[in-house]
Amino acid sequence: MNTLIFTVVTLCVVGIVAAIVLYFVAQRFKVEEDPRINETEKMLPGANCGGCGFAGCRAFAAAMVERDDISSLYCAVGGADCMKRIADYLGKAAPVKEPMVATVRCGGTCEKRPHTNSYVGTQSCAIASSVYIGETGCAYGCLGYGDCVAACAFDAISINPATGLPEVDADKCTSCGACVKACPKGIIELRKKWPKNRAIYVSCVSKDKGAVVMKACKAGCIGCGKCFKVCEFGAISIENNLAFIDSAKCRLCRKCVGECPTGAIKMIGLAPLAKKEEAPKPAAAPQPEAAQPTVIEKSKE
Amino acid sequence: MRSFPIGGVHPSDNKAWSRGSAIETMELPDVVNIPLSQHIGAPAVAKVAKGDKVLVGQLIGEAASFMSANVHSPISGTVTAVDMQPNGQGLRQMMVTIKREGDEWLPEIDRSTTLVEHCDLAPKEIIERIKAAGIVGMGGATFPTHVKLSIPEGKHAETLIINGVECEPYLTSDYRTMLERGELLIAGTRIIMRAIGVDKAYIGVENNKPDAVKHLRELLGGDKSIEVLSLKTKYPQGGEKQLIAAVTGRQVPPPPALPIDVGAVVCNASTAVAVYEAVQKRKPLIERVVTVTGKHLASPKNLLTRIGTPVEALVAKCGGLPEGDVRVLNGGPMMGRPLVNISMPVMKGCSGIVVMDGGDVHRGKESACIKCAKCVEACPMGLEPYLMYKLIRKKAWDDLERNDIPICIECGCCQFTCPAYIPLLDQVRFGKQTVMGIIRARNAKK
Amino acid sequence: MANRFFIASAPHLHSDYDASRLMADVVIALMPALAVSAWVFGLKVLLVTAVAVVSCVLLEFLIQKFVVRGPLTIFNFSAVVTGVLLAFNLPADIPLWIVVIGAVVAIGVAKMPFGGLGKNPFNPAIAARVFLLIAYPVQMTSFPAPRIDFVDAYSGATPLAALNEGKVDFAEFDAQGMFLGAMSGSLGEIASLALLVGFAYLLWRKVISWHIPVAVLGTMAVFGVCVAATRLQGDVDLLWQYPLFHLLGGGALLGAIYMATDYVTSPMTRCGMIIYGVGIGALTMCIRLWGAYPEGMSFAILIMNGMTPLINKYVKPKRFGAK
Repeated sequence: MNTLIFTVVTLCVVGIVAAIVLYFVAQRFKVEEDPRINETEKMLPGANCGGCGFAGCRAFAAAMVERDDISSLYCAVGGADCMKRIADYLGKAAPVKEPMVATVRCGGTCEKRPHTNSYVGTQSCAIASSVYIGETGCAYGCLGYGDCVAACAFDAISINPATGLPEVDADKCTSCGACVKACPKGIIELRKKWPKNRAIYVSCVSKDKGAVVMKACKAGCIGCGKCFKVCEFGAISIENNLAFIDSAKCRLCRKCVGECPTGAIKMIGLAPLAKKEEAPKPAAAPQPEAAQPTVIEKSKE
Repeated sequence: MRSFPIGGVHPSDNKAWSRGSAIETMELPDVVNIPLSQHIGAPAVAKVAKGDKVLVGQLIGEAASFMSANVHSPISGTVTAVDMQPNGQGLRQMMVTIKREGDEWLPEIDRSTTLVEHCDLAPKEIIERIKAAGIVGMGGATFPTHVKLSIPEGKHAETLIINGVECEPYLTSDYRTMLERGELLIAGTRIIMRAIGVDKAYIGVENNKPDAVKHLRELLGGDKSIEVLSLKTKYPQGGEKQLIAAVTGRQVPPPPALPIDVGAVVCNASTAVAVYEAVQKRKPLIERVVTVTGKHLASPKNLLTRIGTPVEALVAKCGGLPEGDVRVLNGGPMMGRPLVNISMPVMKGCSGIVVMDGGDVHRGKESACIKCAKCVEACPMGLEPYLMYKLIRKKAWDDLERNDIPICIECGCCQFTCPAYIPLLDQVRFGKQTVMGIIRARNAKK
Repeated sequence: MANRFFIASAPHLHSDYDASRLMADVVIALMPALAVSAWVFGLKVLLVTAVAVVSCVLLEFLIQKFVVRGPLTIFNFSAVVTGVLLAFNLPADIPLWIVVIGAVVAIGVAKMPFGGLGKNPFNPAIAARVFLLIAYPVQMTSFPAPRIDFVDAYSGATPLAALNEGKVDFAEFDAQGMFLGAMSGSLGEIASLALLVGFAYLLWRKVISWHIPVAVLGTMAVFGVCVAATRLQGDVDLLWQYPLFHLLGGGALLGAIYMATDYVTSPMTRCGMIIYGVGIGALTMCIRLWGAYPEGMSFAILIMNGMTPLINKYVKPKRFGAK
């Protein structure tokens, strides 16, 4: 009996002493923190993707709370609703940003861009690109080892085995930009997201001269400039033998798409411009004969 | 037996394939592509334009800065283009294309074969001539030699080490050079000693080349200032830091320290020959000995080749590529770079072309790490490759820096030895580049 | 026919070591001891070993096929090594169902749940032995008499058990007999000479380095000499007899050469290996001298297995050029 009492008392004393020590230690090392940071963090999606440029959601929340002007902060994953809720909670003006979507700008599928060699090293784009040009003749194109897929925290990008190229699921993409950073070739770009995931973009980033591009890939931009001439909104620029469509200026008029001789300008979610609409233009041009067959062909289909 | 202190591996060297064939002179190519960047540092600036006539040895690219090297025409003829051409890795870089017409040399180059040993030029002038001749490290690193020999203010050279180790398996170009051009090598060594002001030089040779050691010792006779050292056959005995440690017993501290911080200057054996020719004969670096070898190559050879000759011409001379799957390397099988385009030109740092074929082109099937510690044991820099591999997969760059990843010399011992066929060096090389980038960015901020 | 170009970065060569060759070498190195054991205890030794090996391999196969669904690794011989080592830790008379339970613990508890080869924190064979020793103490400690008795007086007891009970008379110490396998014990630990032959083979094939075995055995020897010095009572021969008795009389050689050197559960650096080996040696002696069990090798290895991650974290190889 004595042993039992002794044990219980000793344990209690030890417990009380430890509690007192812990209390003072906790007081001594207490960190004063704005409680709003916790609340803000709860409102964020919690993906910790780093797309905002901060180490994680908590660091971003701290920045939201601390800064007076939060217009430069934006969580693409949470989107406009999330930003508005947080801004209302903090009593600050909500940052506004157009929705964006990651876009893979390479059309060099297996058939358009034949393989010239076999890479048997580590299957990683970053490593392969530091070794050599890649398995095809194009120094700018997608390597296809899926560094972007590995970087995506939202399962929004995957390699299509038929083409060997990554494809973005626009509904899942949060435009966090992780894939953009992961691609050693700089192929992926964040572009303005149109309703119904519509898009028009140049699906090539090759800065090689036209002849070199044609040799390596049948779907590459050769920098011919036809699209540039036809664009009415000044959205297209040609630099280093490469056309680029500025997604902020593009109005999805589709005129450039038909002009591209290699099909490097890709269109998603839009019907091809009816040839009839196009017809007045060639009709006005000095060679109506040339335009005629295309119209007939179209009607046959 | 002298050797470096830690790590190392013993790949089968297979030098027997080509060690018996004396240096042969390769036919002059009809067209050459001369890259303006064949060295570490800034690319040379083109000094010729399309349509210009050039002679052998004429300057066609001028060093862009101190850390750069001149480039000379290896043939006489007409410049047909100065533009971007694909290199061995398929990537485009600036090259001068010359179409050959005859073989006319610049008049000031002494083409006689008489040995000129006497040299009373001032050190500065020697280095000037080396710089003019565009000499770079010919063992593969292609570090500009004039930069290496210009001892920085406050530093002092004590020993010159001539690297005749040739620890890369398969390659025999330095070996044949030591055997057949030994007197030029020794004359070159004396010139370099004069240039950097040292009175002791060592020639390090691996003990799998006893005839080269014997030959050089005979040539030296009673000369005590140059000593030929027979070193243990172990890869990477010819790594700069490893060689210094084997010869002097001193270890070069981690970067940013350089070999000169322990008083050592290391030059490749072929580079010493090139130095002799540059200083005594005014001959720029326009040709070099290249070993072309491989298990199924009909006749492996050591070829004295003009810079710019297409690799495929060399391979054709040795019997052509074997049928089927091949892996062609620029350099030896431990550190050589794989070639995707064999029309690429032979460059200053190309000591060998290795043709692997059949099953050798594939890598073994990777399996899980069994923590056998063989990579740790094999690393000549005392690193832990298995750990670095793990940390790189986790992108733990800070941890990698703490684990000294920047001192890796990329010798490949870890991957060579790994029984699970894990591509350790692929990842470590990538991790090293990333960490070095982070360090550079941090230093730039300061 | 056009050439196909293959690309991979350097190095383009590989040594002829691969994981299965290393494991196969360990199995080969264990064969002499198995042969001696079969001669000493009879052919039932081979049956126990066969059951252990087959159940380990089969279990690994079944787990990989139906539970983990990963790539099959049974062809790399690691399960075979585990099986042989497990059998080596059992008495020759053990009921075969206990052997199967040992295999289940080794593969099904100590190895596969952690991710299979390379990820298990504890040596599977040792974990199984310790489990069996605690779960079936009677069966695990009833050893059959060897064909040539160690000393008639205590046939059936292992030398260490006899030592523990104070029944060893060092005047009759027969080092040569123990060396050749004339003693009682678990089936793999008795053939000291054969184990050393295997050690030499492993060193020659560069499968293991000398660091761990030498550290373990050296520590035990030094420890033994110190203990003997306190118990001399005028008999100077005890100074070598006592430590030698410890090295030969139990699982010291088997543990130091084949179990402590298990790649997965031992440290990665030379210095770490020595620390690990010294730890095992010291712990073994402590358990043998002051613990409840006459043999402490397996407990010592298990404890030091647990220390391995810590050793790896803090013991770094000396970097080239570092001060």
